[in-house]
Amino acid sequence: MDDGHIDVCFFNGAIRNSEQREMAHLLRRKSKVLVAFGSCAVTGGIPGLANMSDRKGVFETVYLDNESTENPEGIVPQPSSEVKEGTLTLPEFYDTVDTLDQTVEVDYYLPGCPPSTDLILNAVTAIIKGELPPKGSVIAPDKSVCDECRFERSEKSITAVKRIYEVEKIEDRCLLEQGIICLGPATRGGCGAVCPNANMPCTGCGGPTPNSLDQGGKMISALASILGLEGEDKMTDEEVDALIDQVADPLGTLYKYGLPAALIKRRVMK
Amino acid sequence: MSDFEPSVVAFLCNWCSYAGADLAGTSRLKYPANVRSIRVMCSGRVDPVFVMEALKDGIDGVLVAGCHPGDCHYQSGNYKTNRKIKLVKRLLSDLNVDPERVRFEYISASEGQKFADTVTDFVGQLKEMGPNPLKEGCK
Ligand code: FES
Repeated sequence: MDDGHIDVCFFNGAIRNSEQREMAHLLRRKSKVLVAFGSCAVTGGIPGLANMSDRKGVFETVYLDNESTENPEGIVPQPSSEVKEGTLTLPEFYDTVDTLDQTVEVDYYLPGCPPSTDLILNAVTAIIKGELPPKGSVIAPDKSVCDECRFERSEKSITAVKRIYEVEKIEDRCLLEQGIICLGPATRGGCGAVCPNANMPCTGCGGPTPNSLDQGGKMISALASILGLEGEDKMTDEEVDALIDQVADPLGTLYKYGLPAALIKRRVMK
Repeated sequence: MSDFEPSVVAFLCNWCSYAGADLAGTSRLKYPANVRSIRVMCSGRVDPVFVMEALKDGIDGVLVAGCHPGDCHYQSGNYKTNRKIKLVKRLLSDLNVDPERVRFEYISASEGQKFADTVTDFVGQLKEMGPNPLKEGCK
């Protein structure tokens, strides 16, 4: 196949090993237009949370320390091993998960986990009509999930943060106002706000809103401006700490789909 | 590590802390020259992204200073930023970056001494911590 033979390539998945890396380079060469398709390719996705660890950590958990694993010889995958027939090779597993555009040049982005059918249809239509936006664009609206949500925000203060299972009865109003962390304000729309519309908080698969450098950073701002607003002038620092402590697993919550694309993209391994 | 000179970025609110830093200067108070001050209209202007980007770029410590509680010229910018910074610190500990590399302080226009003391203490503390682990870049 000649280079540039493929008109459009929708590329799925993040880059976490040498095989994926090779495929990314190969498909880049063979494709006229390369679209990062879905959260994993765009921002790293759930696999990107592996950036909380490294190869050693992942291998230890999966192949050695797992309770149900029996591996007395402590065998973990090796990029190459010698057997009597010759050398066997496996793709190299990297320490850090990368997004597609950290690996090769990407023409367009189609975020979402998964991208909504409307977004896919829009993208395909634009490609067929030859009406593609400028290179590097995200083929999704510039608005946040909140803009597409059926709930309107009215109150601007919350006194506590709750995880969804702690809420006895979810009311028919803005989830954030009920103390449920909903990433709507920090997340690009285009999904039709399907999650909040089904009373589930947005977990951020659409990636950061335009002009925002860091999805988690933006959500921190949004959260800090409403959490504990009431009576803030009378709160002691300990009380503020207690409020902030209610945000369980900040990293996993704020970067569920986007750690590799965050400003600080991985954990420092000591 | 004795010759390690940490780099510090200080975001100072125009109405209080920047004036406090100015006072430290005009009163000829001594404090380490490791700090680069950036004036913002209110500590509330400080976005978590500013702090994260500074650390990512290898700055060893970030100081954010604003008006005392009740004194913010925009009423509540300092309260919001206090909460923002606390959340950023939680995030940093998840990432194994010492949250003490980020500090939020209340420094008024008359507290030149407090500014000088804060910077001195912070720089001393950062010297002990050593360079920001993000400096080598996270591959
Ligand atoms: S004006 Fe100083 S903190 Fe808001």
